[in-house]
Parts: sequence; structure tokens; C-alpha cells
Amino acid sequence: MNTLFTLSILQSALELGCIYALVALALFLSFSILNIADLSTDGCFTLGCAVGAVVTLSGHPVLALFAAAGAGVCSGFVIAFLQTRMGVPSILAGIIVNTGLYTVNIAVMGFSSNVNLFACDTIFSLAKEKLHYGLFEDWYKLLIVLVIVMITSVLLSLFLSTRIGLSIRATGDNEDMVRASSINPLFMITVGLCIANALTALSGAILGQYQKSCDINLGTGMVTIALASLIIGETLVGKGSMFRKIAGVILGSCLYRFIVALALRMNVPAEALKLVSAVIVAVAISFPYLREKFLLNRQRSHNRNAYRKEESANVSH
Amino acid sequence: MLVIDSISKTFNPGTVHEKKALDNVSLTLEDGDFATIVGSNGAGKSTLFRAITGNFYVDEGRIVLGGEDITYCKEHVRSRVIGHLFQDPLKGTAPHMTIEENLALAYLRTSTRKHAYFSRISTKEKAVFREQLSLLDMGLEDRMKQPVGLLSGGQRQALTLLMATVVTPRILLLDEHTAALDPATADKVLALTEKIIAERHITCLMVTHNMHQALSLGNRTLMMDGGRIVFHVSGEQRKNLTIDDLLEQFKVCAGKRLDNDRILLSR
Repeated sequence: MNTLFTLSILQSALELGCIYALVALALFLSFSILNIADLSTDGCFTLGCAVGAVVTLSGHPVLALFAAAGAGVCSGFVIAFLQTRMGVPSILAGIIVNTGLYTVNIAVMGFSSNVNLFACDTIFSLAKEKLHYGLFEDWYKLLIVLVIVMITSVLLSLFLSTRIGLSIRATGDNEDMVRASSINPLFMITVGLCIANALTALSGAILGQYQKSCDINLGTGMVTIALASLIIGETLVGKGSMFRKIAGVILGSCLYRFIVALALRMNVPAEALKLVSAVIVAVAISFPYLREKFLLNRQRSHNRNAYRKEESANVSH
Repeated sequence: MLVIDSISKTFNPGTVHEKKALDNVSLTLEDGDFATIVGSNGAGKSTLFRAITGNFYVDEGRIVLGGEDITYCKEHVRSRVIGHLFQDPLKGTAPHMTIEENLALAYLRTSTRKHAYFSRISTKEKAVFREQLSLLDMGLEDRMKQPVGLLSGGQRQALTLLMATVVTPRILLLDEHTAALDPATADKVLALTEKIIAERHITCLMVTHNMHQALSLGNRTLMMDGGRIVFHVSGEQRKNLTIDDLLEQFKVCAGKRLDNDRILLSR
């Protein structure tokens, strides 16, 4: 029997963790900061992957990343438009766009359900040519995604401390106050959703180049996975500065991938992976609540016992 | 100067919940005027405020602030020149953001330039915030990096007051802003309000349930009932008015006794 833990498991967990961390960061922006449940994540992830794959094939892999992010901005704008200008409730707006994106994604891939990138360069193959010595030989993939995630999170945390970033944060925190401070909450929601979806699509594009293929069902369940990463991160790192929270999200994403890798290692069949994901999410989300309940119960029984002891002592007197 | 010219508003028209919240209300406030408003529950005091801030558009009439017709101006555009404090001290600040960040948001009003959006809080601004906070005398200047959610209601209301006046507004609307605070804190916040209003000569409208405040603060007193302004007093006449006179006056004008426990208890 194989050992449960190997370096390669760690490596691939970190690689995938960093790639999916971008989706988790997108949900951090829309769900945690703006307080909007953006359910178009699944479709937007596939959109990023599809646009990324097509541009990689016909253009340049680096250009593909920007093109995918641009496509994400468009998708985010449509959701924001439905929500802020057409009076569609936010959850519904996400579902509507998600449904529509299925067709868009198929169309982007030339009315086919998958595209493969085995014949062309990706950011990873380009990097491999440049970094063909020493330690980089094995770790170049991780290096690339790490650099991308680092740049994104530094930019994101800088952005969130600018005036417009503060306004976005305040919009999710207290909308009454925002309106009274001459900030247009509708504009802030639009900007926030555009950025969030750009991150989701970027993640999709990187994943597409990483696994050298794009499939129409790639994004299914992505919102659950990203939410799990987000909540694992928030539970572990807790409150603090914006940068700390962002680091927590990335850590959560890597940890989630690690758990999944271990589950696979324990011969959980690949078909069961979605169920495993759902269980992990449910456990991660309910963990803080259950911990509180457990502590409360312990305190209660402790107090009750103390009271009983006192009572019996009084009786014996 | 604020001119409210016969505004009316009916909520849920044509349904069983139809409610005429504002009925042909007219009011002119000169620059530097400080008017207090009293009235029973549901008299339309807060609705009048919400009409001014643009929370809804009025059915009839118009609102002119500083010579500019703002009747159909969007809420967030008007708020550039309107300061608004709510009764609930939690409403005016963002709890998960620091004191400094909250002030920076309020400070956004100073700048009309678009590129200011991407600016960050400068050290110079931090010094300004610090100085302003120290005027509150609550020790908040040493807690600028702490989230506002950790502050007490009184501290949050004082901070909201500071945020509403960090850029001198054309009009300051105070909706019972000390009613939810304990008496000592309420006095402190009120004294602070008076000080800021007097120093900067701010035009102000204040809703209160405290009859003593209604007569002692500012230079005018209004009484509302059923969506109308039923009584209006200022100058010499107001100086000679007692709280009993005011209650009596209400009975005459509204044709009923003032039915508000809080008013009667706070006499």
C-alpha cells in the first residue's frame, strides 16, 4: 500500500489550490464583502476557460489570460445590470446569467463541448522552456500560478484600500450609510461584480492551460468548491487586516485541494468527488456553529453539575 | 436655504394600506436656521426627512436646496450636501470597517474629481482625522485602526455626527439622534451637535420628543400631525412659550391630545 502523503500530492494540491484560489477570492469579493450570492460562478469559470482556450489556440497564451478576464468583466456586468437596473433579485440574476452562459460557452468553443490544447503552447510550456534547470524543473507550474496569485492578491488588497475599494466594502456593510455618504451603491455593486467575475474567468483560463483542455462541464459545482475554500480560510485565519483575510482565502483553497487529494488517495472513486466536496463544504460551514454549541453545552453541564454539588452539600448539612 | 413647496406623498395608493404621509407640507428654512420638530408617532416627521434626502420622490410639490431644485435628484447625489443622522446609532457607520476608513468615506464628498476614487488615505488626511476625532473627547483618536463595530452607541453616533459634518452640509437633518443613547451620552452628543452647528453656522432640522429640547434648542419650533405642519413658532413668541403652552397648542391645532408616552414622560 502506498503512503498517504507524498511530495507530489502536496505539489499538485498547491498548484490547483492556487489556481482555484482566484475563484475563492472572487467569492470573497462578491459574497463576503459585497454580501451578494453570485451564482453565475460555475458558468463564468467555464466562460473563462473557453475564451482562454480559444485565444490560446489562435493567439497567445498570455493574451488568453487577459481575454478571459475581459470576458469575465462582461459577464459580471450583465449580472450587475440585471440586479441594479432591471430590478432582478441578485440570486435570480446569477442563475439567469449562468443558464445563458452555457450556450455562450458552447458557442465560444465553436459549438463543440470541448477544446483541447495539446498541440499548442500554454503559459506552462512557455515557462518550462525558460526554467529548465535545477529545482524549477519540477516546480515551474507552481511557481507560475504562485506568481499570478501573489500579483492578484496584492493588487486586490491595494485596490480595497483605495477610496473606491472602501466604498465597495461599505456597500456590503451598511447600504444606508453609503447612500448618506454620497456614494452610489449601484455603481459599487457593478464594479465589485465585474472584478469578481474577472477573477473567476481568469482562474478558468489558467486551469484550462494547466490541464490542456476545456470542457463545457468544467465549472459545475465551482461555486460550492470556492465557498468551501473561502469558509475554511475564514474559519482558520479569522478576523484581521484585509491582506490577512486574502491570505486566509488562498490558504483555505490550498487546504481544500489537499483534503480532496487525500480523499482520492484513499481510493475514493473520482465519480464520488462531488459528494466529497459537498460534505467538506457542509462540514466547513457548520463547524463554527457546532463549535459554539459544543462549548455552550459543556458550560451548561459544568454549571449544572456545580449547582447540584452545592445543593447536595446543603442537604447533607 | 431650504424651500419645501407644498409637497405631498401617499404610500401604497389605491390599496387598503393607503397612507397619506405628507399632506401639502411647506417650509422655508433660512441659512443658519435651526428648527426643532415635535409631533406624535406617525405624524410624518421622519417621512419629511426622507423626502428631503431623496429616499423616495414626492408625488407633488418641489424641494429647493441652496437655490437648486432637488425634487427629482437621486439620493446619493443629494447626500453630497445633506447630512443625515438617524435615531439608530448603528445606521450611520459601517461596522466592519475601521474608524479611519469610515471617515475617509465621508471625506470623499470633499472631492469631485474622478481620480480621487483611486487615491488612498494619505498621512495628511490621517492627521486631519485624528485632530477632528480628538475634538469629540472620547479617546477615539487612539483607536483609529479599530473596527467601528467595537464602539458604543454613543461613540458611533458621535462619529456619525463627525462624518455628516466633515464637509459642511447645506442642511443637517437630525432624526432623534440622541433618543437611543443613555442620558449622559445623549447630553454629550447633543452638546457636541450644538457646538458644531453654532461654529459652522449650519442650517439644521431636528426631530425630538423632548419638549424641553424642542423649545430650548435652535430658533424655531415646528409641530407636525397627520402629515401636516400644524403649528410654527419662532422669535419672541417662542421665548415666552412654556412646555405646557406647547402641549396646549398641540391640542388646539391637532384637535387631540399629544398621544405620545415618550413626549409626556420626557417633560
